[in-house]
Amino acid sequence: MIEFRSVTKQFPDGTVVVEDFTCTLPSHQTTVFVGSSGCGKTTLLRMINRMVEPTSGEILIDGEDVSTQDKVKLRRSIGYVLQASGLLPHRKVVDNVATVPVLNGVAKARARESALELLDKVGLDRGLADRYPRQLSGGQQQRVGVARALASDPNILLMDEPFGAVDPIVRADLQVELNRLQRELGKTIVFVTHDIDEAFVLADQVVIFRKGGVIAQAGTPAEILAAPADDFVASFVGADKGKRDLHLQRRGSDGGLTLVVDREGRPVGVLGSKDGRPGGEGSAS
Amino acid sequence: MSWTFDNLDLIREYTLNHARLAIIPILVSFLLSIPLGWMANRTPLLRSVVITGGSLLYTIPSLPLFVILPLIIPTGVLDDTNLVVALTIYGVAIMSRSAADALASVDQTTVDAATAVGYSSVTRFLKVELPLAGPVLLAGIRVVSVSTIALVSVGVIIGSKNLGYFFQNGKQRGILEEVVVGIMLSVLLALIFDLVIVMVGRILMPWTEESSARGERATRVRVSPIDAGVTSADD
Repeated sequence: MIEFRSVTKQFPDGTVVVEDFTCTLPSHQTTVFVGSSGCGKTTLLRMINRMVEPTSGEILIDGEDVSTQDKVKLRRSIGYVLQASGLLPHRKVVDNVATVPVLNGVAKARARESALELLDKVGLDRGLADRYPRQLSGGQQQRVGVARALASDPNILLMDEPFGAVDPIVRADLQVELNRLQRELGKTIVFVTHDIDEAFVLADQVVIFRKGGVIAQAGTPAEILAAPADDFVASFVGADKGKRDLHLQRRGSDGGLTLVVDREGRPVGVLGSKDGRPGGEGSAS
Repeated sequence: MSWTFDNLDLIREYTLNHARLAIIPILVSFLLSIPLGWMANRTPLLRSVVITGGSLLYTIPSLPLFVILPLIIPTGVLDDTNLVVALTIYGVAIMSRSAADALASVDQTTVDAATAVGYSSVTRFLKVELPLAGPVLLAGIRVVSVSTIALVSVGVIIGSKNLGYFFQNGKQRGILEEVVVGIMLSVLLALIFDLVIVMVGRILMPWTEESSARGERATRVRVSPIDAGVTSADD
């Protein structure tokens, strides 16, 4: 469990990015911080592993104040995935994955062995192990980033817009993959994104931010979609334009298919059976 | 060619000596420049001290430096050590700026990522920042290498026995061949040094050398059907 208690961050130039932020992130669940850039979500994430120190307030992991812990040890005990993967360009994929165990003194050969298993786990071919990061595609790099974060089997994973730099198809793929991993591993994940759809796909709990690190609404995706707290949230999730207000429509010309349309009547998809097979190919979004 | 054949031993001795006199300043200025470059990236004040200091050092004319050095360090006036120290000073003058630029060229995101996964600042400097500064450091040391080999010749005026002797002696005695041999060997030496430095760079920094050649292969593998199946076709 990660607790923020009245956390404030003011930068030396006087800008207050986060003010009196209090929030509890439950263990073994995915909490997604979502908001537009400059809302303080990344700053909050970086406070968890002390990349950023709060001006006041405290952050506790399982009841223990992070400020009392050794920074380097703390960081090694927390997985971190960031945008453009943040891999070390001069180390091979396998060594990138093995980074943290090797820093912790695990023998290189053993760390590499486990790194290969992690590549399997994140769905990468072992043949990529001896490549350098720049020889991989963006999506593959991102998977390596996730594998590296998992290497020391941390309880907590911090993910700072990790899928922001890859194209939408790959991103969707990575999201599905992350959900699969999370079902298997049950980590406490804190995920930062500006993409509300990504938040809804991944989150057990979504925290929507206004400017200045103020919570606009926190809750499960369903709670937020069903009852946006105010106009800001409604517009943020797209509910104000009727995008989330869906109903079913049957049209004679479509051969008995059931369409899902939004408030304006724009088709967003086709109603299918549970195994993901609609009556036809693909969806009309 | 008669002069050359009559003086093969001398040519070999002076060439080797020339190389020896150049190697030490190149290596020492490389090693000294790294902490200086690190300092230069700490505060703007330190940066201007290192950069301006470097430029000033380089403006010292070599002849007076050779004369003054024996007064500062305990060596004889005609000792080669004076030459080595003087060349090291010039090397540091060039290299400290390169090192500062090299370390500043390292992508901040990568440095942040290294911090985030738990590198301590010392380990991060040695294992991440320094290697990633490698390509720019390499470019710097190549300049130092060429410049040092050229400057060694000047040492002949304080009695150093190197290829510069052939320029001076050949000119005084009117033997064109001797001058030409001196020049050609200097150029050859500079080329060999450069080649060695580049090769060492390739060995130490395989990630830069292979990138273009193997990037293509990575693309091929990515689109192969087998891979697409195994890696759930993320491209």
